[in-house]
Amino acid sequence: MARSVTLQKKLTFTALAWAVAFLLFFPIFWTILTSFKPEAQAIASPPVIIPSWTLENYVEVQARSDYFRHFANSVWISVGSTLIALLIAIPAAWAMAFAPTPKTKDVLMWMLSTKMMPAVGVLVPMYLLFHDFGLLDTVWGLTMVLTLINLPIVIWMLYTYFKEIPVDILEAARMDGAVLWKELVYVLVPMAVPGIASTLLLNIILAWNEAFWTINLTASKAAPLTAFISSFSSPQGLFWAKLSAASTLAIAPILVLGWLSQRQLVRGLTFGAVK
Amino acid sequence: MATQQSRTLARFMMAPSVIVLLTWMIVPLALTLWFSFQNYNLLNPGMQSFAGLFNYEYFLTDPAFIQSIGNTLLLVGGVLVITVVGGIFLALLLDQPIFGQGIVRILVISPFFIMPPVAALIWKNMLMHPGYGIFARIAETFGQRPVDWFAQFPLFSIILIVAWQWLPFATLILLTALQSLSEEQKEAAEMDGANALSRFIYIILPHLARAITVVILIQTIFLLGIFAEVLVTTNGGPGYNSTNLAFLVYRTALLSFDVGGASAGGVIAVILANIVAIFLMRAVGKNLDA
Repeated sequence: MARSVTLQKKLTFTALAWAVAFLLFFPIFWTILTSFKPEAQAIASPPVIIPSWTLENYVEVQARSDYFRHFANSVWISVGSTLIALLIAIPAAWAMAFAPTPKTKDVLMWMLSTKMMPAVGVLVPMYLLFHDFGLLDTVWGLTMVLTLINLPIVIWMLYTYFKEIPVDILEAARMDGAVLWKELVYVLVPMAVPGIASTLLLNIILAWNEAFWTINLTASKAAPLTAFISSFSSPQGLFWAKLSAASTLAIAPILVLGWLSQRQLVRGLTFGAVK
Repeated sequence: MATQQSRTLARFMMAPSVIVLLTWMIVPLALTLWFSFQNYNLLNPGMQSFAGLFNYEYFLTDPAFIQSIGNTLLLVGGVLVITVVGGIFLALLLDQPIFGQGIVRILVISPFFIMPPVAALIWKNMLMHPGYGIFARIAETFGQRPVDWFAQFPLFSIILIVAWQWLPFATLILLTALQSLSEEQKEAAEMDGANALSRFIYIILPHLARAITVVILIQTIFLLGIFAEVLVTTNGGPGYNSTNLAFLVYRTALLSFDVGGASAGGVIAVILANIVAIFLMRAVGKNLDA
């Protein structure tokens, strides 16, 4: 008896959970479907559910707007800024995790506080500096800014991961006479790789989706997908299916990365405050 | 424990991060402050002069400023209410034993990974468009006139879109916190005859308090700066009905080229964000040594 009651309960909750999940996912699902419809089908009433699986929208988006250039910009900017941030952050996080001083906590909090500065607060000087140094609409300029805005998160994530590596192991290696670089290469790096990998993944996602600086500091040449998609805001003619195709291409890669890294997401975004 | 040598090394390893962040914190902010006291319009580049508090006076007495502060608060508050309340319910639901939990989890978290302009355009065109959107189709099915969302309820529409993006974040964090609640505690309460509601109020909610605080604070930091969603849907309109502070500063700077006025707005935005930040830092800092 008891078993059938729990099964019934489980089925009810399952139905409810799937219904909610479908509702939340629906806008994405619908966009992907629409991207495979001809324009007339995309706006048909009643809505056409099964598309005719045409690829013409994808071809057209690329032909009209050189989509892959924007895609390449997004890849360069998000991967580039994340790698540079890691390069700067790994030594700092290592030092703070393994050689903490009484000031370490304050330094960490201060680093986090730089993340709290609203972007609009410094929009004007950044725009003028970029203008004066010829950095407007360049991939390098944008990579630099995204490195800066994500650096505190990178340091924090790495710190929370490094903190969990047992110090005893390092002590043991030291006892065995390992010098610092050996300690790093043979002991620490293998244990730190998973943490570094999830930091890398999460920050690529954050940089890919960043939509304030990427829109305000680029025009066309260096525009990543965020800026490119924003240019679709004033529709001309029939464009539902093409917008869907462009959107699908812009979100697909990061959606997959997101699914892969969702377990680490909570920890990365709450700075270890929720575990 | 730490030798003098290792301490020097640690300092050396931290130097790049500290220098980079220090520069990033000080230089642009100092420039914003400087510009906020200047008469400086990019349309008259030669005419830069000291303005005293004029820019602040101008910005603070601009009716658009009052409206944008109101809109910013409504936007942040509205999204917080929807995501926290919705997030608690969703987290409780996903914490139950269900079939296909992994897939449900992936579907629910997905909106969080959608870049803001895409999210806004999907909602604007595919769902909320008065002529071709799904919502209009549903209204027609029931014989209702379709709602022209962005003309009639511009701010509410943006709140819906942003809430859709952040509900997964709240859900995931609350679910994580919920899963750390010990089974014994729940079972003990159940054995003591506590019903579902009192279990929720006296055990689950207090346990979630910390996670809820973190959700509220982190989201507030991001929500104060909502920009792309406004840009691609309403462009702040009609009038200033959906202009928030971030968008007003953008408008003053890059559309009116008023460097001084926009900088004053930027300083005000920094002050607002700092008030929130102080609370967030306390919440995070408490946990640092735990």
